[in-house]
Amino acid sequence: MIATGAVGAVGVGALAWPFVASLAPDAQTVAAGAPVEVDLAPISPGQIVKVFWRGKLIFVRNRTEEEIKAAQDVNLASLPDPQPDSARVKEGHPNILVVYGNCTHLGCVPLGNEGPFHGWFCPCHGSVFDTSGRVRGGPAPINLPVPPYTFVSDTKIRIGEESNAAPKAAHA
Amino acid sequence: MSQHATTYVPKSRFAKWFESRLPLAGLVHSSFIAFPVPRNLTYFWTFGAILIFMLAAQIVTGVWLAMHYVPHANLAFDSVEAIMRDVNYGWLLRYLHANGASMFFIAVYIHIFRNLYYGSYKAPREVLYLLGIIIFILMMATAFMGYVLPWGQMSFWGATVITNLFSAVPVVGDTIVSLLWGGYSVGNPTLNRFFALHYLLPFMIAGVVVLHIWALHVVGQNNPAGIPIKSGKDAVPFTPYATVKDLFATVVFMMFFAWWVFFLPNYLGHADNYIPANPAVTPAHIVPEWYFLPFYAILRAIPDKLGGVIAMFGAIVVLALVPWLDTSRVRSANYRPLYRQFFWVFVIVCVLLGWLGAKPPEGGYVIAARICTAWYFIHFLVVLPLLGLFETPKPLPSSIAETVLGKKGGAGMPVGAAAEPSTRG
Amino acid sequence: MNTRHALLAAALAVGTLAGAATVQAAEGTPNPPRQSWTFAGVFGTFDRAQLQRGFKVYREVCQACHQLKIPFRTLAQNGGPQFSVAQVTALAAEYKVQDGPNDAGEMFERPGRPADFIPPPFPNENAAAAANGGKAPPPLQVIAKARGFERGFPWFIVDVIPFLQYQEHGPDYIHALLTGYEEPPAGFTVPPGGHYNKYFPGHVIAMPNPLSDGQVEYPKGPDGRSPVPETVEQYSKDLAAFLMWTAEPALEQRKRMGFMVIIFLAVFSYLMYYVKKKVWAQVGGEAEGAPGTAPLGPTG
Repeated sequence: MIATGAVGAVGVGALAWPFVASLAPDAQTVAAGAPVEVDLAPISPGQIVKVFWRGKLIFVRNRTEEEIKAAQDVNLASLPDPQPDSARVKEGHPNILVVYGNCTHLGCVPLGNEGPFHGWFCPCHGSVFDTSGRVRGGPAPINLPVPPYTFVSDTKIRIGEESNAAPKAAHA
Repeated sequence: MSQHATTYVPKSRFAKWFESRLPLAGLVHSSFIAFPVPRNLTYFWTFGAILIFMLAAQIVTGVWLAMHYVPHANLAFDSVEAIMRDVNYGWLLRYLHANGASMFFIAVYIHIFRNLYYGSYKAPREVLYLLGIIIFILMMATAFMGYVLPWGQMSFWGATVITNLFSAVPVVGDTIVSLLWGGYSVGNPTLNRFFALHYLLPFMIAGVVVLHIWALHVVGQNNPAGIPIKSGKDAVPFTPYATVKDLFATVVFMMFFAWWVFFLPNYLGHADNYIPANPAVTPAHIVPEWYFLPFYAILRAIPDKLGGVIAMFGAIVVLALVPWLDTSRVRSANYRPLYRQFFWVFVIVCVLLGWLGAKPPEGGYVIAARICTAWYFIHFLVVLPLLGLFETPKPLPSSIAETVLGKKGGAGMPVGAAAEPSTRG
Repeated sequence: MNTRHALLAAALAVGTLAGAATVQAAEGTPNPPRQSWTFAGVFGTFDRAQLQRGFKVYREVCQACHQLKIPFRTLAQNGGPQFSVAQVTALAAEYKVQDGPNDAGEMFERPGRPADFIPPPFPNENAAAAANGGKAPPPLQVIAKARGFERGFPWFIVDVIPFLQYQEHGPDYIHALLTGYEEPPAGFTVPPGGHYNKYFPGHVIAMPNPLSDGQVEYPKGPDGRSPVPETVEQYSKDLAAFLMWTAEPALEQRKRMGFMVIIFLAVFSYLMYYVKKKVWAQVGGEAEGAPGTAPLGPTG
């Protein structure tokens, strides 16, 4: 009896699996999610450029000296999601900040250079981000995540591919 | 079920042959003709019929729209425009369907508040009530997915915000969201599956509605006095009395409906939804349709993501628990002086939450939303259980007939035919 | 107020200006003044001559940058500007429309036909954005429904009441925007590429003032003069009315049918009410009062 029931349960599970799995991103969607390259040269200091990777919006921000300083001079203990600025940019490129462009609350697009910290401000539910993309107020639970990316050269990054811990050593 | 066919007697030979194989006519007769209806029902009891009409209207207009609509991210917006411009009476079908959703919710909210006021959820009607809550949840899912289909800015960003709610679920949240999207963000696969589900869910609603009516006809209708039918004088047969009243109310409701469709067709929608979806630009102010605003206000009132999501779903869960939270033995608020006041406070809180849901999340609005959210839960979790213990209800009338006709009485149903249905199992 | 300005300025810098459709009741942005429109109200209809003038304004001014995604043929249909079929055919033929591929497999251009859509000024959105400072001018066919503003409580209730109803927020906004270009007040910095507009939320709009008095020549009346003034005020009104028609081409049919439907339902419900009353009289009538109030006698 139990064995029969167990076999039946396996059968039901096996039958359900294709139905559930078919809802996941299909092969073409996955393939289209390959890494994209972004040329940094045309991005002037203070400018934010929007790019798409996997249908998701990504901000590439060329930060000014002031903005970098503001991002670094922060008491980490006061942050809702403590993370030093250095962990959010690649070594040797403190001016380039790459973060996902959707608010970590419910996915709206925050407005750049806005809010009390002149980072981003989300108009939907009032989340505030600083110049490092870290949440500083509002309902967003975590910082704007940094997507996997790597510096191909000093003026070009590839989004969707993680570099090694020491950027200098990578792609030597 | 066969006991219900008390008074139907098949006459023709075919009717006898058919009835002995499938007692359908007997079921219809006992449910919609001979069914005893409390004679004191007010027009608040006609919204059940109005809701059946709205469900049918939404299914018919929806099926017709589906013959012209294209569920593809690149084509959906233009196909809706083509319906509005080129399809004969396409504008009428679309405006009926879009405004019909709002009318459906107006009717369902009146239906729910009527139920809360008159204590209709109390024993023996708990299952009837829970089936109603299930219908309400299915309606919300259907309406949400329907709003995504025109693929305007509000469609896209509404879908993004609502699907992201599930990312608050610990551990498996991101997997759930990816299964909802069929991609890495809201996109064409999302639109496509939402269309399939939007087409499917109304038929599931219709199925639950059948159960809802079945349950109703087992336990019988509550009434403004909140006391059971005791004799034939208390009741009238469903047909013609309730039938004609329901029809009259439905026609009046149709007039209200028509006013919106023909003269204010876009008032209840949002201007942003006439802008095609653009993943790179968020509307300045994302607001859901008006019927979700109270829940949206609750979501935003909690400063924590998971907490907000829990509160929002909790607002519906707590509604489902009402039959067990209310400790009073008296059903109708007409005989519960304190509950009656708390009920109206609750109505005002719900309306306020709706208004706050449309306001930007800043300053005093946030504080007000928090106070209202707190009261929403206090009403169910504290007020309802305690009131039953401390409140002194007014004396109940001795019979339904007395509340309507005074002591003199009038013609009713034949005595015996109208005993409370619950006693007949 | 300052953050709002800075916000819009920043938005302009990253090229997202005009993404926000609903004009928020932003501090310092006045609500557009209400205009009188022939198509407002229960019995509203379009003014054909006004729609024809509005189309002329679109064609001579807006079309340089803004797409209007409607087929030529609709300009002749009932309830619209009602140009003659011959006029529309001639108009369509003035445009070049891309067609193909032909037998050689190549795309080619041919004169437009009434069934063609009015060709867009730019081949795609990116080209439109590149030619206009990074922000594509929005298509105009539904703009009158895609723009609005909030009047706030209690107006949102008043605006739905029969014969008081106010649903012309979109055309009022278009008219206000086109007449709202002025010098920025002292202390207000307009960022490069922006223009000051009194009615645009945040006041900084990417579109330069498109209209000037006398810019579009209107058809002459029998006295050799245009029956309406050739002013920005008039152009804006005519254009807004025309765009309301492109957004809602079935408006006249809808209002006409709606009036009949409501009259029908009113008569029907009146009859139903008496049927109901008669039926209920058989059991001594019904009480509509809330129970708990004084019981009603069998009044019938």
